[in-house]
Order: sequence, then C-alpha cells, then structure tokens
Amino acid sequence: MRAQAAEPDPQAANVRLRAAGVKLGYGERVIVDGLDLGVEAGTVTTIIGPNGCGKSTLLRALGRLLKPQGGEVLLDGKRIDRLPTREVAKVLGVLPQAPSAPEGLTVADLVARGRHPHQTWYRQWSSDDEGAVAAALDMTGLADLAERPLEELSGGQRQRAWISMALAQGTDLLLLDEPTTFLDLAHQVEVLELVRHLHQEGGRTVVMVLHDLNLAARYADRLVAMRAGRVIASGAPHEVLTEDLLREVFELDAKVIADPVAGTPLVVPIGPLTRT
Amino acid sequence: MTTLPLRVGGLSWRVRPRGVAVTLTGLVLLALLMALNMRIGDIELTLPEVVAGTFDPGSAAHFVIMELRLPRALTGALVGAALALSGAIIQSIARNPLASPEILGVTTGASVTVVAGVVASGSAYGGASGLLSTLGIPALALLGGLLGATVVYALAWRRGLDGYRLVLVGIGVAAVFTNLKFWLLTVGDVNDTSRAMVWISGSLNGRGWEHVTPTALALAVLVPLTLLGTRSLDALRFGDDTVTALGVRMNPARALMILAAVLLAAVATASAGPIAFVALAAPQIALRLDRSGRPPLLCSAVVGGVLTTGADLIARTAFSPLELPVGIVTAVLGAPYLIHLIWRSRK
Repeated sequence: MRAQAAEPDPQAANVRLRAAGVKLGYGERVIVDGLDLGVEAGTVTTIIGPNGCGKSTLLRALGRLLKPQGGEVLLDGKRIDRLPTREVAKVLGVLPQAPSAPEGLTVADLVARGRHPHQTWYRQWSSDDEGAVAAALDMTGLADLAERPLEELSGGQRQRAWISMALAQGTDLLLLDEPTTFLDLAHQVEVLELVRHLHQEGGRTVVMVLHDLNLAARYADRLVAMRAGRVIASGAPHEVLTEDLLREVFELDAKVIADPVAGTPLVVPIGPLTRT
Repeated sequence: MTTLPLRVGGLSWRVRPRGVAVTLTGLVLLALLMALNMRIGDIELTLPEVVAGTFDPGSAAHFVIMELRLPRALTGALVGAALALSGAIIQSIARNPLASPEILGVTTGASVTVVAGVVASGSAYGGASGLLSTLGIPALALLGGLLGATVVYALAWRRGLDGYRLVLVGIGVAAVFTNLKFWLLTVGDVNDTSRAMVWISGSLNGRGWEHVTPTALALAVLVPLTLLGTRSLDALRFGDDTVTALGVRMNPARALMILAAVLLAAVATASAGPIAFVALAAPQIALRLDRSGRPPLLCSAVVGGVLTTGADLIARTAFSPLELPVGIVTAVLGAPYLIHLIWRSRK
C-alpha cells in the first residue's frame, strides 16, 4: 500500500480523537468494520472517498452521533460514550450534514443555541454566553445579519451561521460533515477559508468530510482516503492524492498536476476507469 | 430587541418582554372571567355578594360560591392549563402543530376505560351519586390515559423516539380506541351510556373540591418540572444529530417531557373528561400572541385556563337552564379563533 503514512502512535499525547477498530453501521447493514484513525491536535484532517464509502458514517461516530457496534472512539484517551455527552459538547463541536433548524429561527437564536452545553436552568444567558455568540457572529461575518431569519439567507451565509453555532459552543475540536454541500464554488472557498482561519488563528483541530478533491488537497494538512469502509491511504495531500490512488479509490482516470495557485495536488479528470 | 438579559449575581436568564406581557394579560383576563363566573348563574350575585360569599361563611351566597361556582371554575382553569401545557410540550416535541394529547392515546384511552367501567357496572351501582361517579371515574380515566399512552409509546419506540412516527402511531391507536368506545356505547344500557356520553364530551358540571385538590396538587408538581425542561425542549426542535452534538441526551430528555405531558393530560381528563380542542388550540393561540418560535409553556397554560373558563361560562349560561358540556363550547369557540389566527398569520 502506497502513501500509507504511519498511523499516529495511539499513546501519543497529541492524538485528540481516535477511532480504534470501530465497526459502524445501521442495524444489520455494516458500513465500516475494524477501522483505525487518529486525529492529531492542531491539524485539519479531511476525509475523502466515493459516495457510500462510509466517510460520513465515520465522522458521525467520531462525534458520538452514531454508537459503534464494535471497537471504541476515544476523546483525549477516554471512551467518548462513557463521558457525559454534555461534557463532550464543551470540547467537541459537530456540524452534521444538511442540518435542519426550526422554522422562523433567526441567526442570533441559532448561534445562541450553541451555548447550550454551558448553560443550566439558572444560568441561561451569562455575559460569557453573550460574548461567545457575538464573537462567533463576528468571526463568520454575520453580525449584521443576526436578526434575520435563517431561511432568508443565501446558502453560503446559512452554512456560515451553522458554523457560528459550532464556534459559539467554544470547542477546540470541530467535526464538519460536508460543510460545502449545495454551495457554489465561491461560497465553498469562503467556508473553507473560514475553516483555515479557525485552524491557523484559533489553533482548532478540524476533521471534515469533503467531496471536492482539489479543495480538500488545498485546505487539509492530512487527507484520509476511504473506500468501502476502509482507509486506503492517509497522509499529506501530495502523498495521498496520486493518479494510482484515484484509480483505486474513485475508479477515475486522471492526471494530477501542481495547483498553479497553492502548489497542492490538482486533479484533472480524464474519464472513468476503462476496465481491460 | 426581542429579548432582554436578566442577570442577578451568577444567575442569568433571557426574558422576552412580549411573552411576559401576553402571559400577564392572560392572567388578568383569567381573573376577570373567574369573577364573572362567580357572579353569573341561576342566582345573579353582585361583586360585594361574591366577596362576602367567598370569605364570610355566614353569608347567603356562601354555599353558591364556595360549594358550586368556585370549585367548578377552579377545576376548569386548572384542567384547561394542564391540557394546554400538555399540548404545548407534545407539539414542540413532535415538531407538529396538529399534535395533541389525543395523539398520545391519553384522552382516547381514558374514554375507553371510563365507558367500559360505566357500562360494566352501570346497573350495579345505580344512580350517578354512587362511588364510581366521584372517585371511580377519575381513577378509571387516569388508568386508561396512562395505559393508552403506554400502548402508543411502546408501538412508536424503535431505537429511539421519532416525532413523526409518534404522531402516526398515535393517530392509528386513537382510531382503534375511539371505535372500541363506540362499540362499548352500543352494547351498554341506554341510561348508562347517556351518562358516559356527558363525560366523553368533557364536562365541568358538578365539579367540586374533590376535583380541584388532586388537579392542583398534580399541577404544583408537574408545572415546575416542565418549566425546568424548557431548555431541552428548545434544543429538541433541531435535527437529531444537532441535538446530540449540543450535549443533550436526546431520548431521556424526550421521554421525560412526554411523560410530563401524559401525566398532565391524564390528570386533566380524570377531572373533567376529554375536553376537546384546548390542548390543540391553546398552544397555537399562545404561539401566535407571543410570537416565539415554539408554543410557549407558561403562556399556553394561561391561554388554556382562559379558554376553558370562558367556555364554561358560556356552557353554563348561554342556553340556561340547559347546560352544555364545556367540551362542545371549547370546540365551537376555539376552532374559528384558531383558523382566524392561522389565516391572519399567512398574510
């Protein structure tokens, strides 16, 4: 197997989140079986792979939205399913794929909801809450739209609002499941620039699932390529995103050249793999 | 600004001035309706007579106020509040404005057991003054309500609770219970079934302190518990993954709130029968007056009390000396107002 960078040492102190031999699925349908993955502190890890390969399933398990049928997920070395979910929510923020909000909710209301794990019935709106919400709105450039209902926003703005909510949660670990779905290219870049900013300025650890390989290569420190529930390759983008890997993982004939802007690998498709 | 921060030391809340104003207005309206209920009836009383009747055991109006009108009006207000609160919880959790305790099998389950009890033991205990009419029927209704809810809950549970699944199962179970009730009515003795019919319509006729006290006690426990769950209810309106991501233990939170809703509706039904429409309409009316995102709990309860008390005033007096069951008036009164609100909010 090429480009299989050594899996980070499980004992290493800088592994924040780790899947250890996880078996994942829905009922009888097993999607991922015996997968290992470690996420190091302060990195942006992007999971890529064809539709149905289990990348979103893996992300949901890492974010304790899906309970593994086997194996375990460790957050800072402790089993995530044994930690109080509220304590996990103070450390780990998850933005699910295509999240749904109640009708009529304003941006400010949505972002304020991110403070939930920090609140109790007698402390529902502290100045910390107010400050965190204002900061999250500022960071995503939504302060002017705060009182607007969510459904009046453009797709890119709405996605930024959801990211704001995760930011207001104040976690240094962020899991984003296809944060750029349904967005045009300009808005995809906008969202990913925000992610880069969060990582570089805020030192956050980010794990995301992306479909666009070129953007994935540009914005990730580490790419994880999955196929049929297994990790095929993992490492720096230029190590992972090779013509051989595209054939093996995506059944795609492609040329990989250097991105003239960022220097990262750029995939130029030729066509579907011709079977001989 | 639609909310104001309220901070005292380490404590903090967000207050919606509009919500507070609507709730307080509702309470004033409720007080006025209660006062009217004390005055109007077969014997018209002036306000001083009402005050004297309430506080002076020797006054002429004492019996009318303290034994007839006050317990009845209090039962109505409490039952209306309980039903509305129950409806507000269920509508929030099901994310569906048409959900109500009926969906949870509470009211229909209670109807079946009460009709079955009346039909089975009708001739044995004779007139309406028997033990069954005071203690027996509320106990039967409570039992039936909890049984009905258990059936719905058990059928709707599949590795968790889904709002839509709950509503669909609930509608199916309600249909079965309703037909079971009709079948029991057809096989029963005519005298028994006509008595059962009054109960099924939801009536406050002849309600005394023995109905006020248990309902008030149940509300004293359940209302604060429910208000503590307000934050969970706000979070539960989001998609399941978001709820979990926010650190809410989704299934326990949902189950606890549904349990509270079931108990509220069961207690209310035990006291006054399945009064129609209050649980459905009051939260939606409150929502539109209050203009918050989901049915507001406290405000819904107040609206439910106002609706039921007002309806009972009409039920008692409009066709005097004939009395209507209050449930018929709530339906006739609540439905057009709800339609009006929905129609107006669409524009």
